[in-house]
Amino acid sequence: MEQSYFEVLRPGINSTFQDKGRFGVQYMGLAPGGAMDYQSFLLSNVLLNNDKNSGALEFAYQGPLLKLVKGKTKIAITGNVFFKIYSPKGEITGEPYRTYDLNEGDQLDILATKASVYGYLSIEGGFKLDKFCGSVSSQPRAFIGPNDGKKIELKDKILIFKNSTTKENKIIRNIKFEEKKIFSVLPGPQFHYFSTASKKQFFSTPYLITKQTDRMGMRVIGKSLENLVNSNIPSEGIIKGAIQVPGDGNPIILLSDHPTTGGYPKVGSIISSDYDDLIQQNANREIYFQLVTLEAAEQQFTLYMEKVKKRIANIEIV
Amino acid sequence: MIKKITNISDQGIICDFGEEVNKDINKKVISLFNYLKEKSNNDEIKGIYNIIPSYNKLVIHFDLEKNNSHKIKEIISSIDLEKLTTSQSGKAWNIPVCYDDEFALDLENLTKSLKLSKEEIIKTHLETEFYVYMIGFMPGHPYMGDLDKKLFTSRLQSPRVQVPIGSVAIAEKFCIIYPYLSPGGWNIIGRTSVKLFDTKNLTNPCLFSPGDTIKFKKVNKSELK
Repeated sequence: MEQSYFEVLRPGINSTFQDKGRFGVQYMGLAPGGAMDYQSFLLSNVLLNNDKNSGALEFAYQGPLLKLVKGKTKIAITGNVFFKIYSPKGEITGEPYRTYDLNEGDQLDILATKASVYGYLSIEGGFKLDKFCGSVSSQPRAFIGPNDGKKIELKDKILIFKNSTTKENKIIRNIKFEEKKIFSVLPGPQFHYFSTASKKQFFSTPYLITKQTDRMGMRVIGKSLENLVNSNIPSEGIIKGAIQVPGDGNPIILLSDHPTTGGYPKVGSIISSDYDDLIQQNANREIYFQLVTLEAAEQQFTLYMEKVKKRIANIEIV
Repeated sequence: MIKKITNISDQGIICDFGEEVNKDINKKVISLFNYLKEKSNNDEIKGIYNIIPSYNKLVIHFDLEKNNSHKIKEIISSIDLEKLTTSQSGKAWNIPVCYDDEFALDLENLTKSLKLSKEEIIKTHLETEFYVYMIGFMPGHPYMGDLDKKLFTSRLQSPRVQVPIGSVAIAEKFCIIYPYLSPGGWNIIGRTSVKLFDTKNLTNPCLFSPGDTIKFKKVNKSELK
């Protein structure tokens, strides 16, 4: 059988392949990477009955325009995404969290993420991608991932593992996109380095998300944090969500492609259940931080997992 | 010895071995790292995403769906660190370096700040047997020590936007090699052509491991691959 594939007619701004991430190798200096919005990534695969960790195409702001040159496939797009499908039957505006069939010659135009940043495209059976250390996640800076970790480019061929064989399409209804303003934080390893007064401000005044934000980190600007001890520490391991504070006192929240270790003190860490919502916040949006207890964070995580499971249970045939 | 074990996230804890940075403490960190890595590989400890050793800390990142900090802290507290084998001796490496002016971008300036000649700086660097404390920041990037006191120096006032691949650089009591083009603020004294991280090597992509020892060997430009 001939190889089925998409051709990239427009790559989009930052389109890379991602799965859950690359684990067990951070001690070699390799960051986990992985889909920024894990829940959206997961649901794109579950809608198609794929392996839960099958690689998806992640895009930010403007996504790609793809032409299905050979084959037949079924797609699912997740996130708050505006997209169109062009076929001989005409043009339709697609809904996220619903599967669609694409036939040979059809085009998929992922125009934009709405009031958010990241979206995901999965296809039935998955993309044909090479793994490195157990993952297809791309890290362009270190040339790691499919096609040497490059972002997808114009005229790239994206290979499809197998043609679609299922008839019915599926949908998750009533997904609400709410704007989240307050993000919960646990104290970091150098919490005590910072003055009580400046921590009080950190947990009560707004911070603006700047444009200096990417898969590595999110820079926010607000009242600066006053370090009373030292603005350099011997480098130590980093986990995504950590809020590091360099000498200038302006926090940087470290995201999925963070350096594996770092020498700046960390005032706190965004709780796991708030991470997906955090990375979906646009630049120029104001957010607040609130200090919570470990028990509260663990409880929130349980609720987060329950919500994901409920969404999966609510998948229905269109 | 572990001074304290604390949460740094709902899915992460840090074992703090104190503030000091020396080989003895680092060897304890690495022996705990090796022990926990094996337990995780055998699935005796569930849901471990990553274990990250550094100079004097060990960070454990786990999946809260499969484990929790209470259980992991309990496991670590029950380990007798003294009984863990610290003998796991690392590999010994000889790494070629070219100290020519075109590569040693900061050597000239160091002669002034350290009040040593280029030859003295190079000789001291070559005589040191380095110990790999940790790999971090970027894939394959080693942090090595300890430099001879004569070469202790601070980082550049303003970091370079782009440091050439393979640059060998020093700051404080440490020496590093830049595996990728990246920004950097360390003092560059030479260049190596050794590949520190090889994505074509699927079983062992990272050249060095924490605990390895390294001696540098002076080569001509023509001997750099």
